[in-house]
This record gives sequence, C-alpha cells and structure tokens, in this order.
Amino acid sequence: MARPATSEGTVIHTRSLTKDFVVSRTQTVHAVRGVDLDIAPGELVAVLGPNGAGKTTTMRILTTLIPPTAGNATVAGHDVVTEAAQVRRRIGYVGQGNGAGHTQRAGDELYTQALIYGLDRRAARRRSGELLESLDLTELAGRKVSELSGGQRRRLDVAMGLVHAPSLLFLDEPSTGLDPHNRANLWQHIGQMRAAHEMTIVLTTHYLDEADAMAERVIVVDHGQVIADDSPDVLKARLAGDRIALTASPAAVGQLAQLASRLPGARDVVAEGTKVALRVSDGPGALPGLLGTAHGAGIEVVAAQVDRPTLDDVFLALTGRSLRESATPAEPTTPTSRKDAA
Amino acid sequence: MNPRTDPVTAQALPSRPSLRSLSRDTRIVMVRELRPAVRDPFSLVFSLVQPLIFLGLFGPLLAGSLGGTDALGGDVWQWFVPAILVMTTLFGTATTGSNLLFEFQTGAHERMLVTPLSRPSLLIGRALKEVLPLIGQAVLLVTVMIPFGFQLRLLGAVLGLALLGVLGIGLGSLSYAVATAVRQQDWMFWVVHQSVVFPLMILSGMLLPLESGPAWMQAAARANPLAYVVEAERALFAGDLAATAVAWGWLAALATAVVGLLAGVRLMTSSAD
Repeated sequence: MARPATSEGTVIHTRSLTKDFVVSRTQTVHAVRGVDLDIAPGELVAVLGPNGAGKTTTMRILTTLIPPTAGNATVAGHDVVTEAAQVRRRIGYVGQGNGAGHTQRAGDELYTQALIYGLDRRAARRRSGELLESLDLTELAGRKVSELSGGQRRRLDVAMGLVHAPSLLFLDEPSTGLDPHNRANLWQHIGQMRAAHEMTIVLTTHYLDEADAMAERVIVVDHGQVIADDSPDVLKARLAGDRIALTASPAAVGQLAQLASRLPGARDVVAEGTKVALRVSDGPGALPGLLGTAHGAGIEVVAAQVDRPTLDDVFLALTGRSLRESATPAEPTTPTSRKDAA
Repeated sequence: MNPRTDPVTAQALPSRPSLRSLSRDTRIVMVRELRPAVRDPFSLVFSLVQPLIFLGLFGPLLAGSLGGTDALGGDVWQWFVPAILVMTTLFGTATTGSNLLFEFQTGAHERMLVTPLSRPSLLIGRALKEVLPLIGQAVLLVTVMIPFGFQLRLLGAVLGLALLGVLGIGLGSLSYAVATAVRQQDWMFWVVHQSVVFPLMILSGMLLPLESGPAWMQAAARANPLAYVVEAERALFAGDLAATAVAWGWLAALATAVVGLLAGVRLMTSSAD
C-alpha cells in the first residue's frame, strides 16, 4: 500500500523498487535493483543511462504496465500495484513506439483518446481540436497515421498523452529518430504545454545534449541502480569538472603542471609535450589566477582553453565507460545533432 | 508461453471494474476498431473476393459432380451458400489477431494499456466489432446469390446471421488470444493460423460432404464446432428452425464464444509483460 506520510509533497515516490525478469531456469535479469526516487511537483527530470540500464523498465513500472518484483512506488498519490486504475487516470504516457494506431486517422485517434479519459463527445471534440491546433496538426487531422511523417506522428503521440491535461507526463525517448529540426520543434511544444499546465515531466533519452538543455534534474541509471541524481550543472561540476588546457614552451611544462596541481580542486593533471591539461570544478573562474601565477613564476603561457564538460564526461567519471559506446543504433546521429542544437 | 514469471502478477490485475464502465469502455474500443472500416468501406467488399471465387468456381464443380445426388440434399446452392457464409466468418475473423499484433509492434496497444480502459474491454470490444462486418458481408453474399436461385426464408436467415455473429465473436477472440500469446514471435501467429484454419474448414463439411470421407475424418469433424455451425446454418436457411442441428449449432457457437472470450481476456490482462 501507499505510505502517505512518506510520499507527501512528491509526485513520484519509490522505495527499494526492484524488477527481476526470469528469462530461464538458470538466468534472471535484475533490470531494476532497489531504486529510491522522490520527484516533486513541477520538476522536469531526465533519466539517463545506457541501453539495458533499467530506464524503460522503471518507467513501465511507474506507468502501471508491469508490476515490480519488490519494493513500492506511489505515482500521483496512488500505489502503482494496488491502485493502478487511479494512477492511469492521472498520468500521461508517451511510449517509445507510436501510440496512434496506423490504420486510424490522426484526428480520430485523438478524439477516441479523449473519450477514453471520460470526456463527453462535445468536450472530446473540442479538446482534440485544441491539441491539434497547438501541436500544428490541424491540417493533418483527416490523414491516416501511417501517412504521417515521423515528426508529425511523434507530435500526435504527445497530443494523445496530453489529452486529459495530466499533472504528470512520462516521455520514453520522445525524440529518438527525429532530425534536429523536429526535435527542437517537439521540445518547443512540450515546453509550451508544460508552462500552460504546470506539469511534472519525467523523460528518458539517449540524447545527452537534450537532457542537458531541457532537464532541471538528471538521474543517471546504470545496471538497474541510480548512480547520480542532481542538476546537470552540479553533476558536471562535481563529477567531471571543466577541462583547462594550457600551452607553453617544453622546458616550462613541468613547472607549469606543478603550479596547476596546486590549484584548489585540481585533478587529472597531465603534462605532455607543450601542453598541460587538468580538470577543475570552475574552469573560467580558475584560469585567470592560474595564468597570473604562471606569469609570476616567469612562465609564458602562449594559449589557454577551457572546455565545459558534457553529461558523457559525467557518465565516464561515474562508471569509467562512455555512454556513447553503449548506445543504440540511433545514436550515431548524435554528434551532428549536438552541433546543430548547440 | 511467456518466459517471464512474476510473483506479484496476480495483484497487478485491476480490481473488477463495474459493469457500467466495462460496457462504456467496450463501446469505445469497438467504435475505434470499426472506424477504419467505416472510413474505407471498400476494404469490406475486398474481403468478399474469396467467397465469391468459391461460389463462382467451386460451386459449378460441386453441382457437376454431386448435383442431383442425395449427397447435397436437393439444391446445390441451398447446401453451399450457408456453408460459404461460415467460411467468410472463419476467414474474416481468424486473421483479425494480426491487427492486434501490429498494434503491439507500433506501440498503440501499449498506449491503450496505460489509459484507464478496463483490460477485458480491450478484448471484448475488439471481439464484438467482428460482428458488424461479417453480417454485412453475409447479407451481400446472400443478395448476390438470390438471382442464381438461392431461396431465402427470412426468419431462418436472420437467425442464421445471428448465429454467425456469435461464432465470429468466438473465432475473433481466439485469434486475438493467439496473437497475444505469440506477440514476442509474431511469425508464429501465421503458423498457428494456417495449421488451424484449413483443417477447421475441411473438417466442417463446408466444401464437400463428410459422409464420403473415412471414419476417422468423420470422428474428427464431430470435435469441430464449425461442423455443427455449418449444419445449423443449412437448416436455418432452409427454414427448418426446429431442427436438432440448429440447437447443436448454437451450442457449438456459444461454446466457442465463451472459450474465446475467457482465453482472450485472460491473456489481455497480462499483455504488457
């Protein structure tokens, strides 16, 4: 049962959430291993992790699709197992696939979705009309879903997830497979909806730049466990830090590295050839002081560069692996889209 | 069937929904399922091609080889047309599970599982929607055959269509049940379909009288609900409403519907695993 005392003030509250899949007599996959989550109303949270990390399984438990093996989860004030029907009424869900049936017309599916959530015919027609309008789909209402482009279909899925104006929206890889333009477009729509309805949004994504730009809070999941949970900026500052690279004459590099390692919080100091590289939590703040110290010691620094870390650096610092290496086939498009989105 | 087992699955089943919300949800699902056919009625006419081929090409052969003998009990069309209606029902509803399989693949089914729709309604609504197209097709086929000498007795025909409807609900439910069971290996659906539909058809005495077959075939036919429905349809369209065959036909169709709905609903409630 739900424990109201501990889930107060949260939209999502889980304790020791666990999911095992028994694949065969000898093999059990521990997809989710003791996840504790507390998500407050209005948060926009991205769940990040490589394939098989347990992101989607966690989301499927929270949306009542599958029951947990152990532990409990309260979503929108109700227990996902014992009060699944209550949870379903209160949440919106946009899954990885296409929610709209391919043989249906776009407008029909949206209208049916509104009826499902208990709107009467007139209200359903009005509501689906509004959503078509705000997601730029009005002209496509009479089109069959199978004839829509990927981006149009995804906007229709989002419209269907919003039809009952849920206070909590789950988005499972909402932008996978979309080109940068359509991704930006989709996020613009989601942002508008969120502002208008004060929604809490929980999303999973493969696109690190997307999580970085959109989410106020990032939950990093690996091997079914939460390994980090904070705002992107804090995660990057605490776990990865900015990378400072300095160029000087080969003779001075050794001394420069020594000075650099005396900076408060400096780590991973590497001296090689004419270059010294290090990580600090605040690169732009640390650089002037470091240059001043170098100048005082008679070292001429000929070039200096500060690189901000990415969430991939965060993941690398946490696990020793790159998120990109363990990515899906859709992932190779990311480097270009990162550039375009930046 | 499903390699994953779960200690708490039983708890996950939604509490028994009220009858009112069940009928509301069932209606929503049924209307949604009917919509593509309403938007594109030609798709229904298209599925009449197969029965028309059998009537046009197999019918004359039947008349030539068995017409005038006792085997068909007088008129060839009175014997053959009711059977073709059962065939249309069989072929029309046995494939319907593939639509659900497609929705498993695209994500449309998952989307509906996250809505408050009651789980049984997702199956019952789909099964009930089978009735309308198959009745429409049967009416068209009968109308086409009247100029060729098919005798229509109205009350019998109406009851015959109702019987087809019940059978269609049963066969449609079973098709959905198979689709749900094999959703992880969707090609299995067509393996099951092919290996079940044709034996059911041949062992029902639809195309040729089973009396001329060996004893084992006749025994197998006695276990085939379709054989009873075919006999009942022939009696009903002949106006013989009180025939024992009619009672057996209803029993067979109702049993198919009950088994189909129970199996389908059971599988549907756990179809997210």
